Amino acid sequence: MRSRDMAEQAVVLPASTEQAAAVLADAAARGLQVSIRGAGLGWATPAAGLVVATGKLDQVIEHMAGDLVARIQAGATMGHVAQVLAGRGQRLSLDVPPDITIGGMLATGTAGPLRFRFGAPRDLLIGITVVRPDGVVAHAGGKVVKNVAGYDLGKLFAGSHGTLGLITEAVFRLHPLPQSVTYLTAAFPGHTAAARAIAAAAGSPVQPAAVELHWPCGGDLTVGVLLEGTSSGTAERARQLAGQLASCGATAPVTVSASAPGWWGALPGAGFPVARTTYWLSRLEQVLAVIASADVRCSAAGSAGAGLLYLCPPDGADPGPVLARLRALLGNRGEAAMATGPWTPAGPLTRAVKDQFDPMGRFT
Amino acid sequence: MAADAKTRPDPAGGSAAGLTGLVRQLTGICGQEHVLTDPLELRTYECDGLTSHRAVPAVVVLPNSAEQVAEVVRACVRAAVPFVARGSGTGLSGGALPRQDGVLIVLSQMRSILEIDPVSRRAVVEPGVTNLAVSNAVRHLGLFYAPDPSSQVVCSVGGNVAENSGGAHCLKHGFTVHHVTGLQIVTPQGELTWLGDGTGVPVSDGYDLTGAFTGSEGTLGIVTKIIVKLTPIPEQVHTLLAAFATTTQGGQAVSDIIAAGILPAAIEMMDALSIEAAEAAVACGYPEGAGAVLIVELDGPAAEVETELDTVRVICRDAGATEIRAADDPDQRAKIWAGRKSAFAAVGRISPDFIVQDGVVPRTSLPAVLARIAELSEQAGLRVANVFHAGDGNLHPLVLYDDAVPGQARAAEQLSGAILDACLEQGGSITGEHGVGVDKSRYMPKMFTADDLDTMQLLRCAFDPASLCNPGKIYPTPRLCGEIPGKHRASWPAGTEIF
Repeated sequence: MRSRDMAEQAVVLPASTEQAAAVLADAAARGLQVSIRGAGLGWATPAAGLVVATGKLDQVIEHMAGDLVARIQAGATMGHVAQVLAGRGQRLSLDVPPDITIGGMLATGTAGPLRFRFGAPRDLLIGITVVRPDGVVAHAGGKVVKNVAGYDLGKLFAGSHGTLGLITEAVFRLHPLPQSVTYLTAAFPGHTAAARAIAAAAGSPVQPAAVELHWPCGGDLTVGVLLEGTSSGTAERARQLAGQLASCGATAPVTVSASAPGWWGALPGAGFPVARTTYWLSRLEQVLAVIASADVRCSAAGSAGAGLLYLCPPDGADPGPVLARLRALLGNRGEAAMATGPWTPAGPLTRAVKDQFDPMGRFT
Repeated sequence: MAADAKTRPDPAGGSAAGLTGLVRQLTGICGQEHVLTDPLELRTYECDGLTSHRAVPAVVVLPNSAEQVAEVVRACVRAAVPFVARGSGTGLSGGALPRQDGVLIVLSQMRSILEIDPVSRRAVVEPGVTNLAVSNAVRHLGLFYAPDPSSQVVCSVGGNVAENSGGAHCLKHGFTVHHVTGLQIVTPQGELTWLGDGTGVPVSDGYDLTGAFTGSEGTLGIVTKIIVKLTPIPEQVHTLLAAFATTTQGGQAVSDIIAAGILPAAIEMMDALSIEAAEAAVACGYPEGAGAVLIVELDGPAAEVETELDTVRVICRDAGATEIRAADDPDQRAKIWAGRKSAFAAVGRISPDFIVQDGVVPRTSLPAVLARIAELSEQAGLRVANVFHAGDGNLHPLVLYDDAVPGQARAAEQLSGAILDACLEQGGSITGEHGVGVDKSRYMPKMFTADDLDTMQLLRCAFDPASLCNPGKIYPTPRLCGEIPGKHRASWPAGTEIF
């Protein structure tokens, strides 16, 4: 590993924060480009320069069940984490695919349907350990759920796509596993009724944990709602909510089930390439109208009640015109953009932050 | 300094002529009636809610729009004069402590609720709007603004953003950062810009600066508009009061509630001394002779809350509760809360002076840290009343002393500091909701390494390279933003797998 050429093709798997720090300090001294890999599931740019993989940082270090807190290494997969936490009847309330890593989820800000109730990874993250591009180890936050000491660097690193440094450990707030879960699904013939049903569910006093939309190209719009609680409680809440959904114009009786529909949490269409739109809920009907009337008919799915939908165009079609119409509709109150492809930080403040953490622009 | 080099330097560090020129510009921007220079008027702004730190600002300006704030900041930047933003001035860590050589930008004129979108459950408000005013404005829509710091009648939403304020109900509902989805800010360079778009989903092409800005204690810019999340009013709310012989028993009940998988909206505890004080002040009628009182509030769908209430009753009884009261109508609930809400003020009646501390420990460490506080209190010969958010381990020990007795103020200060050390020993934090401000910056190196603090300040350097925006707060040692990052050479240690 002496020559620069060799190092540029190296993959290194540090087994501790200290090792990672030494590796990144050395990479800094050599001026190497660095890219970070978790499970390698993301849509990031192809690896360039030194690849730092987190595969050996794969442990749940501490599960403080009495405090509902866990300290976890970045390379641990969500499946492993879920298994460990379930042993004490708890969970990290981020329902992303089990093979994604903690670091990958944090770096991309990925969340599943539970986003509606529990938010994104940044909302459950209470402490973080990172290695800066220059090899310096830094911590922020801590292991208590309530803490306002110092800047919350966790918020900054969550969703930073590995461009500010390497996340090696994270501390999360946990929740008890629900005693009972109930899924309601209702199909709607048109986007107006579906938008009304989604808004009704999202603002309902039955307090759903998730409000999802599944809309295959040209098909019915199916709204799915997850209720979590006690078995008697969810049954009663499901009864109330089923009535609400039916009154919004569902085509068939509302389905109530203890298991999730097959499409739950999945990306629309074939899953690639994917665009994304975010919006204020009051604009949902118009967002759906744009999708329904576009020349390129995209499939759509996502956490519609939380203001997020993914779009997938049919084979080979360009979703550009749909996205342009959505942007025109949403103005500065939402986005419509490709979700796949390289991530480029934009905006003067974001660039200023990037320059402070990585002045040589080595972390991509 | 932009001021003429020949002018006499002001004793406070600024330049008198520079300030005179600046005052003229501020008057041009905001109008004469909104620029205060009279020493008597200035004095009313010399401190925030933490009265032990005082500094009279050189100038106070009260802008009435985001554009005026931006112009004021640009004028300060041109004159190289530091500026500090202030909301309602209720902060408890001196975060809004003015600079003697600087401008205090008071945002209390900007108190309009600009927009309410009930379907999106969002409101757009100006920074001077009070916390409770938001809930009051949306109650008829069945909505409320969840963060509820105890000063919510007067504290401003802008101040809440600066401090990432919590409140009694943040155990379940989260902190300000969980309820703010967009911020219009004036950067420390005077640029008006938006962070976040209100959707609640972080923007796709930038960092989560809304999240990073919230809780930055006014050091990264001045917030001029806030998009807040509104929450549906829960279908049912039950408040339960349980009396115990000891805080240890009460603490056991708290642990058992959490272990049962219940997440109450709030779990508060008061010890014997704070109960005694509250009783004397507001005759709250808490069970006589109780060594600890636990208040548990459950909210949510009626179908869930009733079951939870039954479980909590059983848990409290099993943990040794001598009396349990429950209420679901607003008046009765308010009665249960009366003692807790009056606790701080009530302590003022049984002691001439007191210090409010704000420390956090992991919830399971509460018994250990309470025992340690009792020990420290005895050693110092000073009484400590404990009022705390038991659900999230956030303690507010009130250290009682008499300033008229020589040495007591100093002893109280030391005891208060020792309590923070005890929190840190348990893996806790030096502040759960009051912030670091000027008051606790000296404790930051006990909680964080020099590298941690240096890294945090990279964010500050990105926003405020000139270090003019609320300087001297949070960090004991400011980072020079021009510094070139050090080179760290090291060989890869043994055990690192290289492919």
